[in-house]
Amino acid sequence: MPAPRTGESLLRTAHQLIVEHDDIASTLELPRLASRVDVIREICRHLAPYQAGERPIGGATVIAKDLTIDSLAIMDMVMELEDSFDVSIPMNLVAEIHTVDQLADTILDLRAKR
Amino acid sequence: MGLFDRHAGLLEAYRDVRTTGADPFQIRMERVLSPTEAIINGRKMLLVGTNNYFGLTFDPSCMEAAIEAIRAEGTGTTGSRIANGSYTEHVLLEQEIAEFYGKKHCMVFTTGYQANLGVISTLVGQGDHLLIDADSHASIYDACKMTQAEVVRFKHNDPSSLASRLRRLGDKPGNRLVILEGIYSMLGDSAPLREFIDVCKKYNAYVLVDEAHSLGALGETGRGLCEATGVLDDCHFIVGTFSKTLGAIGGYCVSDDPDFDILRVTVRSYMFTASLPPSIVASVRQALRVVKAKPELRKQLWDNVATLYDGLAAQGFKLGPEHGPVVGVHLPDRMTAIGFWRAMLDAGIYVNVAVPPATPNGVSLLRCSVCAVHTPEQLQHMIEVMTGIGRQLGVISGTPKLRVVGGSR
Ligand SMILES: Cc1ncc(COP(=O)(O)O)c(C=O)c1O
Repeated sequence: MPAPRTGESLLRTAHQLIVEHDDIASTLELPRLASRVDVIREICRHLAPYQAGERPIGGATVIAKDLTIDSLAIMDMVMELEDSFDVSIPMNLVAEIHTVDQLADTILDLRAKR
Repeated sequence: MGLFDRHAGLLEAYRDVRTTGADPFQIRMERVLSPTEAIINGRKMLLVGTNNYFGLTFDPSCMEAAIEAIRAEGTGTTGSRIANGSYTEHVLLEQEIAEFYGKKHCMVFTTGYQANLGVISTLVGQGDHLLIDADSHASIYDACKMTQAEVVRFKHNDPSSLASRLRRLGDKPGNRLVILEGIYSMLGDSAPLREFIDVCKKYNAYVLVDEAHSLGALGETGRGLCEATGVLDDCHFIVGTFSKTLGAIGGYCVSDDPDFDILRVTVRSYMFTASLPPSIVASVRQALRVVKAKPELRKQLWDNVATLYDGLAAQGFKLGPEHGPVVGVHLPDRMTAIGFWRAMLDAGIYVNVAVPPATPNGVSLLRCSVCAVHTPEQLQHMIEVMTGIGRQLGVISGTPKLRVVGGSR
């Protein structure tokens, strides 16, 4: 099956998206619409191990400050999110992101631009 | 706010290290006796952490060449390559390295760090795309900060991760440059270069391979992973260093690109720093001759790697994924790594300790680097010492594994 290069319309309708994975096509589960809530939920899932104290992680959480995550782990998390949402987030953009909300908006922006 | 306040976290972690014994980041070599021995803290130590893969720092022919060059041309060039710092010998060295690789062009830099920093940040600019392995060396990360290109990381040694990032670029304009390393400096693992090259060809990306740790060690004639995997012609740029196998200091970049020489007047880390002193150029030229003339050093190196890697693996240590001139020993956390390192020093063995944030995935490591001129006895002794300390610290269990689990090349 060919890779959905013009993925936008496919993304909106398909429950599952076949993403070209080197030469092997692998099936990647993607939320039907990847809503803002979905993206934030996915980010929070990645950040959960770094929660400091009792304060829950949410949209306003400042990733590098409110949590115990270091800069390298942030970059590794970004790499995972890139693959979950099939976007690439350039490092210079990552440098400008502080909160979970900002990260989610960047991902949604980049998805919209594809 | 004071200038050092933003380093408060690091200062605190560093204080923990310093107040509890010898500081691994301030070790002084009181006297280096040979490629494998030095006096540290008044005692003779076995060195297993020096990147001196062929032991050429004390090669008599390299030392003589350096001494002769000092007598003939003085101690330094006191100028950059684009001013008064290009001597006939610099140009000859460049020709010899280009010839060694069968490439048309070579530029020599004052360090390998500067070669990566300058070349990578200059090759790509506004509108271009730079794709780097997540475990890249600091010099590559620093180049990313200096370029206007968009930088994206892909998963370490994962060609499919690179492929998905190149695919996502779609038909966006701009050049794509992919940065890989022959052997990674912390765990000693090599890139699956052929697979990476296939991906790069498919997406029309340029490839730069840093052979810092693989020069001499890999390939039929020691040219590195590009040679070992048969893709020399597919690598557009190869960077390397004189500070490891060649036993001196300096860096280089080779390429077949017809316009390569424009980098001599655009790469700032080449233009605005003094060139290598004549003694270094002379010893490096001789070291390259030794690498060509003595392939047995490569065999000795890999025999020693097998001894150390398999010996430690048999005792139950968790090591890097494959045999390599760097043998990374995983330890559970930072303080165990420092404690282990100190116990090794007390037992007369120097290795490197590598802790976050200098390591991939936040791991803590003892970083051992093997030398072709280590004797089997020295390495057996090291395995015994590490086994004893490993048991004392509860890092390995008391009973060795019966099966040797080491990978092989
Ligand atoms: C992968 C890699 N590239 C480049 C360098 C820089 O080499 P040099 O010591 O010549 O600055 C190093 C050495 O630290 C390295 O490990």
